[in-house]
Amino acid sequence: MKRKKNIQLYIGLGILAVLGVFLVLGLIYHPYTSTQMDAGAKLTAPTLKHWFGGDKMGRDIFTRVQEGLKTSLFISFLATAIGTVGGTIIGALSGYYGKLLDDSIMRIIDVLFAIPSILLALVFVSLSGSSMMNVILALGIAVIPSFAKMIRTEFKEQSKLEYVQAAKLMGASDLRILFVHILPNIMPTLLNCVFISINNCILAEAGLSYLGIGVQPPTASLGGMIAEGQGYLRMAPFYVIFPGVIMVFLLVGLGLISDGNAQTFVVRRSAKKDTK
Amino acid sequence: MKKKMCRVTAVFLTVLSLAVALCGCTGDKKGKSDTSITIGIPQDIEETLDPHNMVAAGTKEIFFNVFEGLVKPDSDGNIVPAVASEINVSDDGLTYTFTIREGVKFHDGTNVTAEDVQYSMNKCADIEGGEPMIPALSNVSAVNIVDDSHVDIVLKEADNDFLANIATVSAAIIPKHNEDPAANAIGTGPYKYVSRSPLENVVFEINNDYWGEKAEITNVTWKICANADTIAMELEGGSIDMMAHLTSAHKAQISTENFEVLSGTMNLVQALYLNHKFEPFANEDVRKAMCYAVDKDAILGFVSDGEGVKIGSSMYPNFKKYYDQGLADAYPHDTEKAKELLKKAGYENGFSFDITVPSNYVQHVDTATVIKEQLAEVGITANIKQVDWDTWLSDTYVGRNYDATVIGVDAAQLTASALLARFVSDAGNNFTNYNSSAYDKLYKETFALTDDAARTEGFKKCVQMLSDDAANVYIQDLPEFVAINRKYTGYTFYPVYVIDVAKIKLAK
Repeated sequence: MKRKKNIQLYIGLGILAVLGVFLVLGLIYHPYTSTQMDAGAKLTAPTLKHWFGGDKMGRDIFTRVQEGLKTSLFISFLATAIGTVGGTIIGALSGYYGKLLDDSIMRIIDVLFAIPSILLALVFVSLSGSSMMNVILALGIAVIPSFAKMIRTEFKEQSKLEYVQAAKLMGASDLRILFVHILPNIMPTLLNCVFISINNCILAEAGLSYLGIGVQPPTASLGGMIAEGQGYLRMAPFYVIFPGVIMVFLLVGLGLISDGNAQTFVVRRSAKKDTK
Repeated sequence: MKKKMCRVTAVFLTVLSLAVALCGCTGDKKGKSDTSITIGIPQDIEETLDPHNMVAAGTKEIFFNVFEGLVKPDSDGNIVPAVASEINVSDDGLTYTFTIREGVKFHDGTNVTAEDVQYSMNKCADIEGGEPMIPALSNVSAVNIVDDSHVDIVLKEADNDFLANIATVSAAIIPKHNEDPAANAIGTGPYKYVSRSPLENVVFEINNDYWGEKAEITNVTWKICANADTIAMELEGGSIDMMAHLTSAHKAQISTENFEVLSGTMNLVQALYLNHKFEPFANEDVRKAMCYAVDKDAILGFVSDGEGVKIGSSMYPNFKKYYDQGLADAYPHDTEKAKELLKKAGYENGFSFDITVPSNYVQHVDTATVIKEQLAEVGITANIKQVDWDTWLSDTYVGRNYDATVIGVDAAQLTASALLARFVSDAGNNFTNYNSSAYDKLYKETFALTDDAARTEGFKKCVQMLSDDAANVYIQDLPEFVAINRKYTGYTFYPVYVIDVAKIKLAK
């Protein structure tokens, strides 16, 4: 039973491993740079020279997809890091202390929740100008509310448990209780949030780049490449297909891992219950 | 577990079926009467049908077939009589006497009278006050009826471009008895307005009482094709017969078997416009170095598939009167020379600047991308900053808060001033902050001249001066393509933004 449940995790890890190999390949085999233009390779179909073909400026799509993948990962990891730190702190304070603090923070979060996070990011980028740093900040801020909400519930639940009461009686400081005692116990939930958030950030970054306000050219990003290539769908389908396939792999891979992770957690919890 | 796998499979199947469905997207091949045509337009027309209040180029472009002014432009860029048959200008250049052409009828069957002309000119010049749609019309002091077939227009000061300024839909002659011009489009052109379905189509039919050469196509449907990526499919599928303003990416996707693809240019000056207030660009040597560093041929190859026309100053090729192709090669691609000039200017280690580009114009973003690579070769770092169109208009164009920008500048009227006036140092639309007292003097002197030959000569010198000064890094007049079903023939390009359906004939 337990092994079967983990298949998702393994498939997910397998897909990510393939993507990892794809990235490593770029370190070994890199005859082109991602911005090197070649009039002769303009919109050429995949060949041995250009494995994924050439884009509208004769740049190597293989190299650009690698760079795009790196960009997407870089942005979504950093944005998620901002969201995790911000969301956890807010959620922890709100969940642990409760009362007025909880109420006021949660109402603000509710208001932010009413605005779709992509719209929030869009407004932020429009106001502050589009650069990679701003995109990261915008996405990071946009995912804070959902983190805070999830983490708060966990903290609220945990703070009523015996071990927390015990720690309190032993005179542990609030900070210690929050981050040394409770935090490790909510790791599974936190990890799930992180994976979901990475997924969302990849999609949101692609959306922003697709709209032209994400990563600025000539830096490649998966969403930007799909936006560029859609006009050539009939004559050069490979232009959209390769970044699209890589993005689907990435999302499915991460999705499976987070699902698999959740399953393991459920198994562990129920196993614990059984031993009681 | 099984459920999860099902879900994954379902996602893949959805993607697959979507792809298949998209491939199957073709328009309906409905049988049409032989003398009709369906033309695709990229956006819906404006709410108002009053020609004097139309703002969008895309609206005026098609209403060129419905409305006519006293004069109109022809496909060579000349101003020819339309509702007026004869124009006499007084010696002081202040009074224009128009003879109303005999037998010109409005689409409702009434004759065009002197009252209608007076009403129309007063309405679009808005003599009672307010800002006229055509800025040059603020120069009109009076419109007087001389007799039943003659109207005088009196100017405050002589303006040699006056006729060019009123040769547009914005100065159309419309009937005085039309109480609601915004709802009823009544003009004198070769086509009558029939109906519209918002976001779907606009329908015109032939005006059999037209005073000039009658059109051959009887019914015109303007179909709104908002999605640029499906245009090739709409053409191939037969839901539209013709589409103008196509890019080279579209062109490559249209089969030449069924469609004739005509190439023209967009009639605009695409350049890397430099803000002369930005420190390095105030230096002439830096600007020249930039011109040498940029390889226009390579840009044309990457962005326009080699189809655009290289330019070297603020004048586009279809404006033959003032255009000089020789200027296009004034700064041949030469990285060594560029580096030398940079050294001379004290920037041997290069410098860094932002290129602001409106993100909705793919050609301009692509051009900026190529320029970035080319400038990197001489040590100049360009960062591309995409902004949305409204931000570009307010911050870059009006606010002049930018280092450099790639954009295409067009001519609002068919006059040299429309392109050249913006480089006078105190001009309101001088968004590059170009500041040259020699240019100011030359332009103002030329503008005041009345002799056409001397004026042309003077404006040509202005064009030359912009090139000599390397005012901006001029690149190209972008190519545009018109795809037309081989059932039709005779599409004609104009140096202004119009589609003249009356010129389209059926292929024999």
